[in-house]
Order: sequence, then C-alpha cells, then structure tokens
Amino acid sequence: MNVIVEREKGLLELEARIAELRSVAAAQSVDLHSEIGVLEAKATQVAQEMFGAMTPWERVHMARHPRRPLGSDYLLALDAFDELHGDRHFGDDAALVGGLARLAGRNVVVLAQVKGRDTKQNIARNFGMPAPHGYRKAKRLMELASRLGLPLVTLIDTPGADPGIASEEHNQSEAIAACLTTLAGVKVPVVATVIGEGGSGGALALGLADYVIMLEHSVYSVASPEGCAAILWGDAAKADEAAARLRLTSDDLKKFGIIDEIVPEPLGGAHRDSTQTVADVLAAIGGALDTLAAHSPQELLDARYAKYRKMGAFLDTGLPTVGAR
Amino acid sequence: MPIPDWMRLPRANAPQERDATLWERCPKCSEMLYRKDLEQHLWVCSRCGHHFRMHASDRVHMLLDGEFQEIAAQVAPSDPLHWTDKRTYPAKIAADRIKSGLTEAIVVGTGTLAGQRLALGIMDFSFRGGTMGSVVGERLVRLFEHALHHHFPVVLFTASGGARMEEGMLALMQMAKSSAAVKRFTDAGNFYAVVLTDPTTGGVSASFAFQADVIIAESKASIGFAGRRVIEQTIRQRLPENFQTAEFLLEKGQIDMVVSRHELRDTLARLLGYVAPATVPA
Repeated sequence: MNVIVEREKGLLELEARIAELRSVAAAQSVDLHSEIGVLEAKATQVAQEMFGAMTPWERVHMARHPRRPLGSDYLLALDAFDELHGDRHFGDDAALVGGLARLAGRNVVVLAQVKGRDTKQNIARNFGMPAPHGYRKAKRLMELASRLGLPLVTLIDTPGADPGIASEEHNQSEAIAACLTTLAGVKVPVVATVIGEGGSGGALALGLADYVIMLEHSVYSVASPEGCAAILWGDAAKADEAAARLRLTSDDLKKFGIIDEIVPEPLGGAHRDSTQTVADVLAAIGGALDTLAAHSPQELLDARYAKYRKMGAFLDTGLPTVGAR
Repeated sequence: MPIPDWMRLPRANAPQERDATLWERCPKCSEMLYRKDLEQHLWVCSRCGHHFRMHASDRVHMLLDGEFQEIAAQVAPSDPLHWTDKRTYPAKIAADRIKSGLTEAIVVGTGTLAGQRLALGIMDFSFRGGTMGSVVGERLVRLFEHALHHHFPVVLFTASGGARMEEGMLALMQMAKSSAAVKRFTDAGNFYAVVLTDPTTGGVSASFAFQADVIIAESKASIGFAGRRVIEQTIRQRLPENFQTAEFLLEKGQIDMVVSRHELRDTLARLLGYVAPATVPA
C-alpha cells in the first residue's frame, strides 16, 4: 500500500469539492467566492502539512507513486523521438527504451527505463526491471551516440535490474558492467536524470554521467529499503528506518556530491502537475547539455574520470583506533 | 625482507577455533581433515575436492614467488553515514578486523608470479562479506593506476556479497569508479584477468569482475548477479543445485575457464606469459 496514495485521498476529496462548488457557482451564477476561498486555503494548508516535510520513507512512496510521470511520459514530451529496438542478439526489452530524439534544440540519443501505469503494462514492461538484453540495447545506443557525436540523455526509474533465472543465464552482471565501462568511455556529454526509483546497480548502469540530476522526490539507493532491512535487521518491516539510514533522498545525495542538481516538484509530488514536471526536467537537461557542449571530447573524458575518481569517503592516514564508539 | 603487518595478523588474531583445533571438517563431505594437510593442499578437501574459502594472505603465499609490495594499505574506512543498525558501522569494522586480521575487504599490491611482474588484488569474504565500500574502490583504483603507469598486468581475485550497505550510495558509486579505472587501464593496451572465487555477486560481479579480458572461476564457486534467495523469492520455486556455479557459467558462455585451485598458479603464469611484452629472439 502506497502511503502517499492513502494520505492524499482526503486532499483529493477537498479538491473535488472545490471543483464542484466552482461549477455550481458558474452554472447558477451564485457567489460562492468566500466558501471556495475558505476551502482552497484549507487545501493549501493540508497539502503543506502533509507534503511540506516528508520522511525518507514517504519519499520512497512518492517515487513509487502510481500516477508519477513515467519514462514514457518524458519520451512523449520530447520534440521528436524515434524508438530504436533490440539488442541485435536476443530480444527487445520494453523496460529499457531508447532511440534518437530532439530535446531543447539538440539531436540526442535517449535511454529511458520505463515502468507500466497499470498491471497489464507493468507485466509488459517487467515493472521497469531491465533484463540483460535491455542493457545490451542500451550499450549499443551509447556506442551509437559516441560515434555520431550525439549527446546521451538517460532517464532512470527502476526498482532494480531483473533478478530472474533467464537474466542470470544471460549474464545480467556482464550486461550492467559493460554499460559502466561504455559510459566511462563515450566521447559525448552524458546527462543522467533519476525521475523515480534509482534502484542500485540496475539504475547505475545508466547513471555514470557527466552531470546527474534528480527530481526532488525521486530516490537513489544502494539497496531497496525493504531488502536492506531484511538483511541488516532481519525484518523487512524496518524499511522505514532503513530508508532513513540509507541517505537515498535527493538533498542527501547532493550533499554527498553524488548528484549535481535537484529539480523541484510541485507541492504534493510530480503527479500533481505531470506536464509541468516533465517540462522542468527536460529544461534542466537542456541546460546541462548547453554547459557540457562547450567541452571537447577529451575534456569530457578527463572530467568524467576525475569526477568518479574522487567519489568515496575514507581515511588516508592509516587505521583508526580499534574499538567501538 | 619484511613481511607486511597484515600478513602476520591473521595468524596472531585468528579466531580461537581456527587456531586451537588441529582438525577441520569438510562442509561438503564431512571428512575430518588435518589442518596442516589442508593448508598444504591450499584449503582443498583431499577427499571430495571442496574448495574452502581462502584467506587473502594464504592466496598471496600461494601465488607469488616472494615478496608482496602492498599499496594503499593506509586507506581505511570511515563512517560517512554515521550508520547504525543492530551495531554501529565502526563496531562492525573493528570486529571484522579482529576476526579476519585484515584492514579491509581487499588487499592490493605488486609482486612476481613465476618470474612475471603483476599488480594483484585479492578480496576476502571474511571482512564484511567482501562487500565493496569506499576503501575497496579506492584501493582498486590505485592498483589500476599504478599498473597503468608501470604497464603491469592486473590480476584480481573477487569474493563479495556486493556493495556495502553501510556506506549507502557512496558504496554504489564504487562500481562506477572502479569501472572508469578498468576502462582507462584496458584501453591503454594492458591485460586484466579476474579469478572469480566463492562467492562473487551483486555490485562486484556487475562491475569490475565481469570487465576483465580473461575471466577464470575457481571450481564450484557460486557466482551471480542476484542472490539465490532473492531469485527464489521472486520466482517462488527452488533453484537447481548447480545454478550460479562456476561450471554453470562456463556452460552458458559467461566465463573463459573453470580452474581448480591446484592449477591456478600455473594457469595464471601461462596467461601472463602470452601477453608479456614480446622479447626479440637472440
């Protein structure tokens, strides 16, 4: 059960009531101005209280909200997009979509992880969990981008890479590992954006980039809070605590230098104004591409190496004293 | 020549039962094995051939002709997330240092194998399940940069449960960091071999482990992306016994060879020989 969906029910009722009053006022030419004003003030206050400060666990639910804009919504909002299918070896993965596109006045290659909106779509898209042939298609298109000099734009939204039998048989590890070395070497700007769930290695496979953006209430984590809680606490019900410990929110990750920019969401989450949110994200990507366009391929490669070279937190002066704090 | 401190530590600090007992029971065939014999047999059961997990220092002894020049030994873990679950992260680190005699889940350095210089990294499952945090990533990158500078081949032994959760996204980023270093190293025409040992999974298998030019696996080692339990929970059925074994991966075309521990040193020596800089015949 999604806690945000539960919580916003009251707000949606309030908003429905406001809309109803508005239509009554218009149809019957009665002045309901003050009533509507009171309800609107109430709605704003409720939204502020519910969404003004969310816990990390609530933000995980926001990132998984069933009405959150999906990868497919961003693809539809591009100035142009032609999907390129398949890995040329085994199959075409609907959980990882790619193609040639036009974005903010530039020709680019886009790669997007795509979840489904309902059960039927989710089965078709494997709940946004790419299989090895999805990552191999991604690698093919990364190489295409590099060769043609087209900037690479990736949209990340996955619970994680597919963990099934077939994926193991087709070497999921290698498929992800190969995306990482490929991204490390592409001679074009790479801009990655986490739009929903950034689930571990399956997300990072599209996330090694010159510039990394996160939508405000998306999350990016080394492990799912449920999985982490099961392993470290032996209790998946501690997921809320794990979510807080993992530091998976956009503001925490910006502080750690893991991401570069946060795109704010409307109060109550991206799904409250999907069109605007998608436009804001695409504008932020366009801005990043403008900045990166000034650099030569060699400068991009050197800066990318330096960026990841310094990631991590460790002591370089020998061992701390043995003993618990 | 001096032996680095960490190599002496395991013997001084090994758990009581490992030192106190003269015998080890094979977990596979239950044979009682005399510990000294087991050590001489490279921790392979003389009855059924089961490969015990091996300490990093034992592997160094097994592989190198002589001295191991460790690098980046002073790179040590910090606690960037101020992590606590049932214990604090620093408490876990401290306990594992005593348990394993190691300062982290990987040791890296240079040495000579059958007369050939190489850069060698060995992961050890007994330290935090071989998980990759910032120290593993940093030591790896320093090894690859050192090897790139000197044109040494790199040989890595992997053993890992994946990324280290206690370091959060900083741990995940080590996959990107190590991949970038591998890419630079191999693009410059250098040779990189990996030996997958039991177990190699998650963020390590999905980054530097499967980026090598030649991938060897030790007999019967368990290797995969997702953990066995995760897959069984997802598909709600039991997996076949040989699933995710070295032999299974060989059959599926994922690795170059499965090698018994007794053959490992000679195999690596031959591989390094093929790729050694050509010498002009006199």
